[in-house]
Amino acid sequence: MNPVDPDAAISVRGLVKRYGDRNAVDGLDLDIGRGEIFALLGPNGAGKTTTVEVLEGYRERDGGEVRVLGVDPAGGGRRWKAELGIVLQSGAGDSQLTCLELLRAQAAYYPEPRDPAEVLELVGLTEKAGSRGRTLSGGQRRRLDVALGIVGRPRLLFLDEPTTGFDPEARRQFWSLIRSLRDLGTTMLLTTHYLDEAEELADRVGVIAHGRLVEVAVPSELGGRGQAPAVVHWTEDGVRRTAETATPTAFVAELAARFPGEVPDLAVARPTLEDVYLRMIGEPS
Amino acid sequence: MTTAERALPSIGSVCRTRAGVELKEFFRQRESVVFTLMFPVILLLVFGAVLDYDLGSGVSFTQYFMAGVIAAGILGASLQNMAINIATERSDGTLKGLAGTPMPKAAYFVGKVVQVFAVTVAIIVVLLAIGALFYGVDLPSGSDWITFAWVAGLGSAACTLLGIAVSSLARNGRSASATVTPIALVLQFISGVFFQFSQVPTWLQTVAALFPLKWMAQGLRSVFLPDALAAQEPAGSWELGRVALVLGSWCVVGLVLCVRTFRWQDRIDR
Repeated sequence: MNPVDPDAAISVRGLVKRYGDRNAVDGLDLDIGRGEIFALLGPNGAGKTTTVEVLEGYRERDGGEVRVLGVDPAGGGRRWKAELGIVLQSGAGDSQLTCLELLRAQAAYYPEPRDPAEVLELVGLTEKAGSRGRTLSGGQRRRLDVALGIVGRPRLLFLDEPTTGFDPEARRQFWSLIRSLRDLGTTMLLTTHYLDEAEELADRVGVIAHGRLVEVAVPSELGGRGQAPAVVHWTEDGVRRTAETATPTAFVAELAARFPGEVPDLAVARPTLEDVYLRMIGEPS
Repeated sequence: MTTAERALPSIGSVCRTRAGVELKEFFRQRESVVFTLMFPVILLLVFGAVLDYDLGSGVSFTQYFMAGVIAAGILGASLQNMAINIATERSDGTLKGLAGTPMPKAAYFVGKVVQVFAVTVAIIVVLLAIGALFYGVDLPSGSDWITFAWVAGLGSAACTLLGIAVSSLARNGRSASATVTPIALVLQFISGVFFQFSQVPTWLQTVAALFPLKWMAQGLRSVFLPDALAAQEPAGSWELGRVALVLGSWCVVGLVLCVRTFRWQDRIDR
């Protein structure tokens, strides 16, 4: 493997992190380019959060080489931190400050912050500018966490399960926020349990299992998904039928010829990202 | 790379920001204001109304109690407040969030010190005003103010550092409160806050003498009581030199404990 790439947003070689005699992260390699949105998937306990927290500078590693924006996180100073935005899984605590006050305080730590009012607008919390942090709903609070993460104008943004607890509409709004940040050139490392979210947002996804990255690919290609046979479902003589085929178009044309009108209950499916993912981490789907 | 060339905000400006945050966080939270600020005030009102007897030399109990209740107020504003407040901020992720920003870490502690100072001054002013207006407490005069200032300042510094250190022992704010509050109450009973220190059994006096509260209360008695009453102290004098020595030592111990034990995030259990 090549040595760490100092020009990449994130470059990791052979990362090891031990808890007791267990290797939570066990020789992980990873490269994320500048401007990329990378989603890290994996079951709980696979080493996802540990890996991310090493990259963020929260945990010390036991082995391997790590560069984040060209700097070793173990020695990252204020100037390095000024280039990062971190949205933690836990989020911020209860606050007596209003959303706008919290963002102004956070902005004061950074050399070239965004305008707090604009950031509130961006995350859709303008109406809540004068509300205290502790009075927000779960989804609003998460958007406030994201606002706090981006007010410092980060070049690299860490998002640890950012949409947990969102309703479907709030998630879609959040996704468009992430896309607008990408358009501003922000690199993002996203961890999530929602595979549709990874598919929707990520340029590439990495699947982590047992402390290692088992595969990295664009979402549509993960696990050989692009070449996997399609599955065709239909009903014939009152029986539900299923067939796997590499040529679904020809197969459906043939079916259409056999039925006088519509083929009953016709459906054509490719394996979803979830199917592929569950197979990769060794769970029965 | 223009972003990288911009200067980071100065430590002074970040400290000002943190001070503003800490003051708003404290004074907007009803529980902390009631618990920390009103508790000594209520104590003064209740004890002042109930225990209005003469200690001799024309000194009322309220005059004696004034020193104790101010010492208890300082303990609440510093040790109890910091232990509970920082334990809460550690367990709810506030500290971890801050550690991920370019905020200079010293600014966090400067903000806490400003909060403790503001709360302490508020408590002292309110207690003195109530004492003077309703209970005829004689306010300090002349050089007594200097003694008042250094005893309160040194005691507050020692208890702030100890509070920050104790916060690291607790799992969260609630467990910090459940641990620290009873300890503070016991210390108040054996350190001469609620009744005269000379009435405390000798062995408990010895226990109390290990902790800062007893010495704060004693130093403040030298401010509020006539020198004739110094004879009733265990050593027969106010022992101001020893007050400074003990409180100063606790500052050193507290600082060492803080530096060795402070954590920006919950223990990683896995």
